[in-house]
Amino acid sequence: MSTRHVLLGLLAGGPSHGYDLKRRYDDRFPQARPLAYAQVYTTLQRLVRDGLADVEGTESDGGPERTLYRSTAEGASELIRWAGEITPPAPFVTNEIFAKVVVSILVDDAVDPAAVLREQRAAHMARMRELTAVKTGPGVDLTTVLSADYALAHLDADLRWMNTTAARLSTLTAEVTAA
Amino acid sequence: MSTQAREVPAGAPLLAARGLVKSYGRTEALRGAALDLYAGEILAVSGASGSGKSTLLHCLSGIVRPDAGSVSYGREQLDRLPEERLSELRRTEFGVVFQFGQLIPELPVIDNVALPLLLAGVPRAEAHVRADAWLERFGVRGQRELRPGEMSGGQVQRAALARALVTDPRIVFADEPTGALDSLGGEQVMTALAHTARETHTAVVLITHDAQVAAYADREVRLHDGAVQESPMLPQAVSHDH
Ligand SMILES: Nc1ncnc2c1ncn2[C@@H]1O[C@H](COP(=O)(O)OP(=O)(O)O)[C@@H](O)[C@H]1O
Ligand SMILES: [Mg+2]
Repeated sequence: MSTRHVLLGLLAGGPSHGYDLKRRYDDRFPQARPLAYAQVYTTLQRLVRDGLADVEGTESDGGPERTLYRSTAEGASELIRWAGEITPPAPFVTNEIFAKVVVSILVDDAVDPAAVLREQRAAHMARMRELTAVKTGPGVDLTTVLSADYALAHLDADLRWMNTTAARLSTLTAEVTAA
Repeated sequence: MSTQAREVPAGAPLLAARGLVKSYGRTEALRGAALDLYAGEILAVSGASGSGKSTLLHCLSGIVRPDAGSVSYGREQLDRLPEERLSELRRTEFGVVFQFGQLIPELPVIDNVALPLLLAGVPRAEAHVRADAWLERFGVRGQRELRPGEMSGGQVQRAALARALVTDPRIVFADEPTGALDSLGGEQVMTALAHTARETHTAVVLITHDAQVAAYADREVRLHDGAVQESPMLPQAVSHDH
């Protein structure tokens, strides 16, 4: 996910400071990894450097001084350009599960590739049950439901791939050991 | 509420199947399948198509008698019960939902849902009140006068759930209940089923080949060639990292 564009998007609603942006980001994307403060501040500094954001001033509210940032006109048009751009349907080429299956074929009898797939399946299912419990919990909002659905659909895709791979393990073993 | 609440010793399964074998001609649909179902749990049974899921559900619910093996329900053994007792259990303590086709096309939905109660001798007015409550709960009360052919697939399945639950069964058997629905329709049916089962402490055997549907369950068993695949222990999976 492009953190700089999401921060620009959050700034579109009006000036804001780093702490507030982090909090709003984490609320908006509840299933994503929480954003580190350090990343928020470096991203904001780069947006300013590139002319996409400006420092509006400071705010203290009795506490420590906080820098307020705002989006520039250039920032607004960059945001529109990015949002309208098609995301490349990139394959997930770094597939760790596939790598483990191939490695377990290579090490011969030390690890059973079918067991790798079975155990991975159980771990995926356990995570899918957790996500389903989150999205069907009492009073849950649609943002949470949709982000859980996104994760569920991706885990489901992994599972389908694991099922077809498990069914073709003997062919894969022949191919890997012949190479 | 079920008047004959079953005595199940604490910690013992409500339904237990052992060594189930069932063949159709030369096809061995079940080869020693075994499982336990505990009161109030949602158990997913998954597996590839042809792995024996529907045959297992038919044996567990007393629709089909296994060639060998046993199914215990409380103190009774389903594989040995006379047909009259089996059909009584199916009317009163079990509810069944299939992928499609379980509602009677000629009857309006309200009569379809009230039917199991009418068969059990509940007066018509009371049966309709109870059926309406279940239609309401599943969000299809507005369709009560429609025939199944006049409703969407998702509405039909929610009405079928209402019919399965109207007798307050101990166990609901559902065979691919979302199999004919799009993903949003499937979500709505699964959410309705899972919430209701949890609230009423009804056990569910949920047959599905869809992992996103299986994720609504508390637990999953997988069928492979007519037998339950041993479920791996997670700590062993971790040992692969070393
Ligand atoms: N009534 C039947 N007559 C003949 N063969 C059947 C019958 N029911 C199931 N089978 C066979 O038994 C096997 C298991 O079927 P089934 O239990 O329907 O599997 P699943 O529900 O997992 O797809 C399949 O090979 C199927 O063709
Ligand atoms: Mg089936």
